Amino acid sequence: MEIFWFIIIAIVLVVFFVLDGYDFGAGIIHLFYAKTEKDKEVIAKSAGLFWDSNEVWLVAAGGMLFMAFPTFYSSVFSGFYLPLIIVLWLIIFRAIGLEFRGQFDYQMWKDIWDKAFGISSFLLALFFGIALGNIVRGVNLGGVENGVSIYEGHYFFLPLWSSSFSPLSESPGVIDWFTIIIGLITLVTLAIHGANWIILKTNSSINNKLKTVIFKLNIVLSALTIFSLIVWQNINPNSLDNFIETPYLMVFPIIYISGLIGLFFIKKLGKDIYGFICSTLLILGGISSSLASIFPAMLPSNNVVNESLTIYNTAAPEYGLSVAINWGIIGFILLFVYMIIQKRLMGGKIDKMDYGH
Amino acid sequence: MEDMIFYDRLQFAFTITFHYIFPQLTMGLSLIIVYFKGKYLINKVEKYNDIAKFLMKIFAVNFTMGVITGIPMEFQFGTNWAKFSELTGSIIGQTLAMEGMFSFFLESSFLALFIFGEKLMGQKLHFLTGFLVFLGSWGSGWFILATNAWMQHPVGYEILDNGKFVLENFSSLFSNPWLLPAFLHNQFASVATSSFVIASIGAFYILRDKNLDYGKLLLKTGVVFGLVSSILLAFPTGDWNAKNVAKYQPASFAAMEGIFETEEAGAEIVLIGQPNMVEKKLDNKIAVPNILSFLTYQKWDKQIPGMDRFKKEELPDNIPALYYSYHIMVGLGTIFIGVMGLAVFFLWRKKLFNIKPLLWTIMFLVPFPYIANITGWYVAELGRQPYLVYGLLKTSEGVSPTVSSGNTLFTLLGFVAIYLLLGLLFLILVGKTIHQGPKPQTH
Repeated sequence: MEIFWFIIIAIVLVVFFVLDGYDFGAGIIHLFYAKTEKDKEVIAKSAGLFWDSNEVWLVAAGGMLFMAFPTFYSSVFSGFYLPLIIVLWLIIFRAIGLEFRGQFDYQMWKDIWDKAFGISSFLLALFFGIALGNIVRGVNLGGVENGVSIYEGHYFFLPLWSSSFSPLSESPGVIDWFTIIIGLITLVTLAIHGANWIILKTNSSINNKLKTVIFKLNIVLSALTIFSLIVWQNINPNSLDNFIETPYLMVFPIIYISGLIGLFFIKKLGKDIYGFICSTLLILGGISSSLASIFPAMLPSNNVVNESLTIYNTAAPEYGLSVAINWGIIGFILLFVYMIIQKRLMGGKIDKMDYGH
Repeated sequence: MEDMIFYDRLQFAFTITFHYIFPQLTMGLSLIIVYFKGKYLINKVEKYNDIAKFLMKIFAVNFTMGVITGIPMEFQFGTNWAKFSELTGSIIGQTLAMEGMFSFFLESSFLALFIFGEKLMGQKLHFLTGFLVFLGSWGSGWFILATNAWMQHPVGYEILDNGKFVLENFSSLFSNPWLLPAFLHNQFASVATSSFVIASIGAFYILRDKNLDYGKLLLKTGVVFGLVSSILLAFPTGDWNAKNVAKYQPASFAAMEGIFETEEAGAEIVLIGQPNMVEKKLDNKIAVPNILSFLTYQKWDKQIPGMDRFKKEELPDNIPALYYSYHIMVGLGTIFIGVMGLAVFFLWRKKLFNIKPLLWTIMFLVPFPYIANITGWYVAELGRQPYLVYGLLKTSEGVSPTVSSGNTLFTLLGFVAIYLLLGLLFLILVGKTIHQGPKPQTH
């Protein structure tokens, strides 16, 4: 039952990053490449029409985590207190950027909210990557100092950074050089994903240029990926054990690699949707590989005193989990219906749709 | 430890108070929009559709605000109240996860279609998307109230040796006797807020002699919806809730009614007075004997326990705030029935649009349903103190064990600054929308 909910929540998280990922990515592209007002508006619109229903996936993931793994939820949310609250602030700024840019028709107003949208998308992508880096790196559970826990074994608190910025120190902070690498990987991945979304959904004048951008970013991403794997081996020598023990888990890294290879052919791909599928594979492969490598842990412990948080020692009892499956199935069927309706009515290019006027 | 709780409570109180300004309008307004849209579908008079679209703009701004101030609420259970989340998550996580699954997905899937898709879909489908948004927003209220009802009156649980609450009976979360009265009271309050808002906009247009047709329609609809919801708020829903408090939280009942000493026979109802916590009495009191006993138990001489019958630890920790919140809510509710009753009377006599003082009153009444809504929630939340889960888990036992008060103060200041900006933007945008007013359809 724990495994079942773990998989469900992982899927919801992946869907969140695939969906909200493209509007984060659209924000990053907007920040660096949108020059004319027409492009700016249509790119903002390609995010603005969808961000709200995409972010519901984050709320859903949070709610399910709360219900199925309450100990994990409370430990992680309080332990990563500062970065999470900062993420909330960025989400707020991004949303008001998207919602308010069209409310007054003069350039200065639009510029302000375009920047709010772009910069907060950029920082959010970076922060979500850093969060993923923290999860795979693990934390000092129990706040152990000199072999003694200062909190209960499943609680911790991370400062934003420690003076050494090193993942190898006894109690690393949220931001260290390893988590920054993962943050950059996420940033580049989502920028590629956003560019693919813009190409898919709009007729912006930079669509052709974006294909070159994707190609170049993909080279950067490949280099970063190889570098991070080497580094990760140094931080955690056991990081590949799960894949050696259970070889079929290799499917996740293979998904990632196939997305990476596919994107090198971005200019030759027949349809715009193929590029978007490739970057979706990157996100799916990246997240699932990371989770698979630490499984059954959800947050590894960096010390020998306290055990890692796993899907087993943080789960809610059996009864609640099985009741929730019943309503969960109904919920997902309904959701599927909504998505089909939405797809039918809002599919295709969005350049001509009303937006905020 | 003491001020750690203080900042955590202050941050939650601040963020939830600000958040609740928005959903209380969107829930009621979605009903009113569906009403106008439905009226247009039936009799095809364009102005109903124009009004529906005008209100939709106000709705959209409020909805965005509600979403972006709502996400922090879900996060804060984990960030600031980790121990509470750990101990009760397997129960309240159910209702909160269901809110995401059944309400937010529904609401957000159809909102963009409702706002941008009228031409795309045709009128019948457009009405349907509006109805689904309404369903989603009321469903959200239902799940939040179910969560809160469990905290006010826990049911269907078992407590393990390690202190964790475990769900034993899922359906009891929804048959909780606290839930239905609280939900209905909350929803009628939200209908009242939006009725007062549209009545106020209508009065504004009439007084300015602008958009007269629309203004009259808004005012007329607003005062009728406003009167009906205000009456339903007092009776039966307010009455039910008071009886629930008297039954399940007698110590809070004594505190909110301001009964310091138990009376031999029937208890009086306090209309005005200031709690004096040193001498344990009300200063400058005006009260009517025996009424409270009658209202609560339909018996004039039924004894109601005062605060002297409870230990200090069982009583709410901020009695004056609870007492004032309750009396402000009830006082405003009474005034609402009076003003709206008068307005409906003159509407019936076909004089309403000419009585300037009444129009001015209605226009300026608009902040007060918000105040009544928020003080109403303060009654529920302050009344539950000193517990998070009534009678079982103290508020002081629920905070995050690793988050220091310095960090909480930092984030509280951040929220204050950002919400100040949000509030300002909100007023500018809603002001702009009202200033532009409803527009006739251009073909």
